[in-house]
Amino acid sequence: MTIAVNPTQSGEPIFYLADEHPHPEGWSTSLGFWIYLMSDCLIFAILFATFGVLGGNYAAGPAPKDLFDLSLVAVNTSMLLLSSITYGFAMLTMAQNRIGATQMWLAVTGLFGLAFIGIELTEFAHMIHEGATPQRSAFLSAFFTLVGTHGLHVSCGLIWLVTLMVQVWKFGLIEANRRRLMCLSMFWHFLDVVWIGVFTFVYLLGVLR
Amino acid sequence: MSPDLLKLIFGRLTIESLPLHEPIVVGTFAVVATGGLVMFAGLTYFRVWGYLWREWFTSVDHKRIGIMYMILGIVMLLRGFADALMMRLQQALAFGGSEGYLNAHHYDQVFTAHGVIMIFFVAMPLVTGLMNFVVPLQIGARDVSFPFLNNFSFWMTVGGAVLVMASLFIGEFARTGWLAYPPLSNIGYSPDVGVDYYIWGLQVAGVGTTLSGINLICTIVKLRAPGMTMMRMPVFTWTSLCTNVLIVASFPVLTVVLALLSLDRYVGTNFFTNDFGGSPMMYVNLIWIWGHPEVYILVLPAFGIFSEVTSTFSGKRLFGYTSMVYATVVITILSYLVWLHHFFTMGSGASVNSFFGITTMIISIPTGAKMFNWLFTMYRGRIRFELPMMWTIAFMLTFVLGGMTGVLLAVPPADFVLHNSLFLIAHFHNVIIGGVVFGAFAGIGYWFPKAFGFKLDPFWGKLSFWFWVTGFYLAFMPLYVLGLMGVTRRLRVFDDPSLQIWFIVAGIGAFLVFLGILSMLMQFAVSFLKREQLKDVTGDPWDARTLEWATSSPPPAYNFAFTPVVHDNDAWWDMKKRGYVRPLLGFKPIHMPSNTGTGIILAGFATAMGFGLIWYMWWLAAASFIALLAVGIGHTFNYHRDFDIPADEVIRTEDARTKLLAGAK
Repeated sequence: MTIAVNPTQSGEPIFYLADEHPHPEGWSTSLGFWIYLMSDCLIFAILFATFGVLGGNYAAGPAPKDLFDLSLVAVNTSMLLLSSITYGFAMLTMAQNRIGATQMWLAVTGLFGLAFIGIELTEFAHMIHEGATPQRSAFLSAFFTLVGTHGLHVSCGLIWLVTLMVQVWKFGLIEANRRRLMCLSMFWHFLDVVWIGVFTFVYLLGVLR
Repeated sequence: MSPDLLKLIFGRLTIESLPLHEPIVVGTFAVVATGGLVMFAGLTYFRVWGYLWREWFTSVDHKRIGIMYMILGIVMLLRGFADALMMRLQQALAFGGSEGYLNAHHYDQVFTAHGVIMIFFVAMPLVTGLMNFVVPLQIGARDVSFPFLNNFSFWMTVGGAVLVMASLFIGEFARTGWLAYPPLSNIGYSPDVGVDYYIWGLQVAGVGTTLSGINLICTIVKLRAPGMTMMRMPVFTWTSLCTNVLIVASFPVLTVVLALLSLDRYVGTNFFTNDFGGSPMMYVNLIWIWGHPEVYILVLPAFGIFSEVTSTFSGKRLFGYTSMVYATVVITILSYLVWLHHFFTMGSGASVNSFFGITTMIISIPTGAKMFNWLFTMYRGRIRFELPMMWTIAFMLTFVLGGMTGVLLAVPPADFVLHNSLFLIAHFHNVIIGGVVFGAFAGIGYWFPKAFGFKLDPFWGKLSFWFWVTGFYLAFMPLYVLGLMGVTRRLRVFDDPSLQIWFIVAGIGAFLVFLGILSMLMQFAVSFLKREQLKDVTGDPWDARTLEWATSSPPPAYNFAFTPVVHDNDAWWDMKKRGYVRPLLGFKPIHMPSNTGTGIILAGFATAMGFGLIWYMWWLAAASFIALLAVGIGHTFNYHRDFDIPADEVIRTEDARTKLLAGAK
């Protein structure tokens, strides 16, 4: 932002840019998307806080020890972590302008994401089947809402992923599409980080509790 | 039709849901419907729908969006104020065995709607509108960072307002008070649609507010003119930046807490219930973690307006610019550390209460610093008592009073006595009217000529000013007295006849404010009729100091033909002092975003989805959601969202201004 503010050689101050270049398209996008992510992070922060406050209120119902199958959650976690790695590969191949490889890695990412959602839904269905419904206790309300909100975000990410794959397929790796893939990349990794929090605070500490 | 089918189509909406048994509501509906029809017919007759759609509704121009926000705020002010008048009348009448004229069912909706509308659909649109209009001009930008998002945000705010207004005639509004505390707001105690209107009205509007916050932060951070470092930004831009940081860092909390309440209501979860481990106080904590920053979201831009106005009309650089900036930042941070003072009576213990009491008192230090900065700016200034300056002085007197009662309430033992009393009501109206509303009026008077090219008529403005100020004091000083005597808020009928005189005085005050609002509307009408006399040809009617006054009034779509270069605070003042000559040659095409109807369509679907969810019309909610998704994704396939204003057009616009300026000399 420090361009052309010095006086000209004649000593007259410059008060306007006679020859300006408009900001490139997407000049503010990554900052804007970061700020959006932080606001989303706050949503999770509040859900974590709610879980922290209400997570021990079992109301004589099932507790984490009775419900969580850590090996299943471990598989699930690895699905999500792997999907983050494959998204990273997609970004690397994008940087090399290899459309086919980018699309392939995006598809693999999507499959891992889908597997994650599938396993999560199975887990939910199993819990509900056992009577551990969101209505059963404040702990379960907070659990389903926190984990479910994360799952909902991953599902939105999947819809977005498919949309971007179609756009890359139709218009190629143009500047706008690269920017969008970059945003989704931040979103996807952000969800990964949130999941680490869920895995630690909800599952691991829950079972220890 | 079979009842099952009806239920499938209309959910729980039946003929009985329409408040046909409430003559007041039916009367209101008749007036609103007639007025609406006349306006609709008028607009159709004069064939302005196309113009409105092309030039305004689909506009991505931050100036037009800002003006539309202001119009929304003023229209909703009329509704919110009608509620206020109704309450004042009820409380002045309901003595000595009289039930007044409002039944409890209706009265409870009135006080809830008053609070919700005044905060979310009056104060917020006025503040957001001013920021939207002024900030890009002040920083020498052509538009905001995300122009389409800006249009979408505005229409989401309108969508929320539409839902709240719809509740007046279709069903009912919440009867819970403006923050809808559970367990009262939970399904067991509020089984009707009122709280659902509240939830979805705020959720739809809240999306808009959050996105507009992100947008304005990016605009201020990324689009400032060259040379405008952070510490050269106008103070209004600074307060806007802090306000938008507060918006982004607090509205998600409101979103979550309302989502959890909806889960309790729709799904039967146990977040805020009394049994199964739920905790109603969790709701109260969370909503005030949003709610306290919210009051600073409203008042910080007002502080910015007063700063601009004081330095302009005192003909001086603002005293203590740096301390003003730091005071703003400190208030921004402290606003997150005080939420518990809204419920000292929760029973969290002496140490917690002391902490929050002390942080609350500390906020008065940066605020006091600001007050002294304004005073020192005026000291030895050549003060011009134009209307914006009058509002500023009224603010300084009123706000100090409100601030002091605030510090009084921050003392936990005093708060135990005054909690939820009319003293509290007097306090927060004292700071919100004295701070935010007076600030918005100062801002409207100050920037109106910039927006429309003519000044506002001073006679009606002064009339409005005196009605407002005297009305405010008459309406709220009695409430302080009543509060100290122990009268609590939201009461509908009273036993003690000795209290009545205070309520009558308060009622007279409210009526004076009503005259103030009418004078203000009159002021707009008269100014429009006298626009040739009041015309501002220079673009700088107040001999002002910041960049928005460097361009014409109203500014061209592109704001500045050439991007300005900034060397000092008060950039425009610096340009004037150092003999800036307006360029007359060398215009180039200017790159601008194109208008789009996607924002209004998306917001329309979001509103329909809210309506479906409120009435359990699941098909409507699902269909609108799918439409929302489809249109949203469809929009991303449009890669051509901008165009160039040809150099010819820029030359034509600028030549017209050259002629105008020559004529003025």
